Amino acid sequence: MPFCSASREADPAVSIPAIRIAALTKRYGALQALAGVDLEIHQGEFFGLLGPNGAGKTTLISALAGLVRPDGGTLEVMGYDVVSAYRKARRALGVVPQELVFDPFFSVRELLRIQSGYFGIRGNDDWIDEILASLDLTAKAGVNMRALSGGMKRRVLVAQALVHRPPVIVLDEPTAGVDVELRQGLWAFVRKLNRDGHTIVLTTHYLEEAETLCGRIAMLKAGRVVALDSTANLLQRFATHSLRVRLERPQAGVELGGVADGEGWVAFGFDAYAEVEALLARLREAAAGVHEIRLGEPDLERVFVEVMQRA
Amino acid sequence: MHESPFTGFRTLLYKEVLRFWKVSFQTVMAPVLNALLFLLIFSHVLDRHVTVYGDIAYTSFLVPGLVMMSLLQNAFANSSSSLIQSKITGNIIFVLLPPLSYHQFYAAYVLAAVARGLFVGCGVLLVALPFVELSFAQPLWILTFAVLGGAILGSLGVIAGIWADKFDQLAGFQNFLILPLTMLSGVFYSIHSLPQLWQDVSHANPFFFMIDGFRYGFFGQSDVSPWLSLAVVGVSFVLLAALTLAMLARGYKLRA
Ligand SMILES: Nc1ncnc2c1ncn2[C@@H]1O[C@H](COP(=O)(O)OP(=O)(O)OP(=O)(O)O)[C@@H](O)[C@H]1O
Ligand SMILES: [Mg+2]
Repeated sequence: MPFCSASREADPAVSIPAIRIAALTKRYGALQALAGVDLEIHQGEFFGLLGPNGAGKTTLISALAGLVRPDGGTLEVMGYDVVSAYRKARRALGVVPQELVFDPFFSVRELLRIQSGYFGIRGNDDWIDEILASLDLTAKAGVNMRALSGGMKRRVLVAQALVHRPPVIVLDEPTAGVDVELRQGLWAFVRKLNRDGHTIVLTTHYLEEAETLCGRIAMLKAGRVVALDSTANLLQRFATHSLRVRLERPQAGVELGGVADGEGWVAFGFDAYAEVEALLARLREAAAGVHEIRLGEPDLERVFVEVMQRA
Repeated sequence: MHESPFTGFRTLLYKEVLRFWKVSFQTVMAPVLNALLFLLIFSHVLDRHVTVYGDIAYTSFLVPGLVMMSLLQNAFANSSSSLIQSKITGNIIFVLLPPLSYHQFYAAYVLAAVARGLFVGCGVLLVALPFVELSFAQPLWILTFAVLGGAILGSLGVIAGIWADKFDQLAGFQNFLILPLTMLSGVFYSIHSLPQLWQDVSHANPFFFMIDGFRYGFFGQSDVSPWLSLAVVGVSFVLLAALTLAMLARGYKLRA
């Protein structure tokens, strides 16, 4: 039994959202950290929660985990209210916190056994061994937390969030300050969890990561959801493609509306590939002398910047 | 893989006990040594001059007081320092994320505090035994007051650990409340040796009843009736437990 989460095959369960947030508000003194958030995340999704520093991502996750008491609104995990059915809601949720926190009194294995026990699980060593292996921590099982590097501590945080096989896993900036190798390893592991049926919610400031991993994305700004759509739709809706050409006569390109970089390259923005042909034809008519062509895909970073400016 | 609702509580209790046991040199041995020093100094100075309850040597009288004082102080230290450390380092989230109820949370922290208090108390008693003649007239009273006293201070430790945001606030709680109350509770003297005014003041201190009742268990004699002490200590515990549970239920300072 690799995972006991509700899988996508279990049809009746799919109608229950993995996470349902309605009219969520939270204020810290004069600061409105969450200003009415509505959000539904389906079972089996790989969901991205993006937003600038202070947008309210961690506050939202904390409310979901019961670490923060909301001022208003309701939150459910797998259909369980996080206040009235907190035991079931918490059992269904695994949270990897943003801060690198650890208990210096214990070794990695002790910590994972203890964490299992908190969730009512004894004799969890087979699963613990599997998580340790997946996170490349087997060699460190007997080592005290203090003696681990920052990246290893981060991996232990991931392991701690998984001891009770939660169907819903929330990772709050799991790759902040983590080297390339670990980042790729971590994503491979999280993707596998997702394939096995776990719902994944991810916050990150690395937008390329979000773009490649997440099927759907919500963007948060000042405690509000300012964009919510599939990643593909967001890319299509907001971003423009770009065409960069190296010209004999850059000036000719600039006269046609391009932006020159002073080294012979001129960049043009366009919405659909059909426009490229016409553009190239006009460059030829103007005898601009095309030496090289590069196409730029729309990327999430540009979408993000645009959404944040409009909101 | 087995799942049971009690496992969460048992694990938290086990973790809290393991936490002080792993550093027992500091959490058990050091307080025992402390009490031993008190005993050597006071007995050397006073033993030949003072007797209590008629014929009990001062040192014999002193030992139960020292045992209880060490027990109380260490019970407080255990829950308060564990909580404030977890809060300040942030690893408190690992006990806030799981489906533990606040009753389980309370019981685990307080029982671990009682356990540390009993370990230290037994340690003090063991090292003191070679130096004094001690009777154990009513062992059940001894145990009752030891456990209740530890539970009261364990509760106070939970309150202080949750309330304090910084270590110096906790130190303030300890130095301005816990320490004076234990020191002025009749650890070092029988309150009958005090002027009437101070006898009355002592009766306002619940710590006095903890130590007096505890001492009754050893000598079968005490300043006040052990039943009165039991009533005061019992009611104090119930009130403190209710207050602590109310704090935890609201998530005061733990779930912002
Ligand atoms: N305990 C707190 N007390 C007061 N203000 C808080 C508290 N926690 C968060 N805030 C404020 O709430 C706002 C949202 O913070 P939050 O941590 O949710 O942002 P975030 O989107 O996670 O940002 P980041 O990308 O930097 O992690 C911020 O302005 C922050 O200063
Ligand atoms: Mg954050």
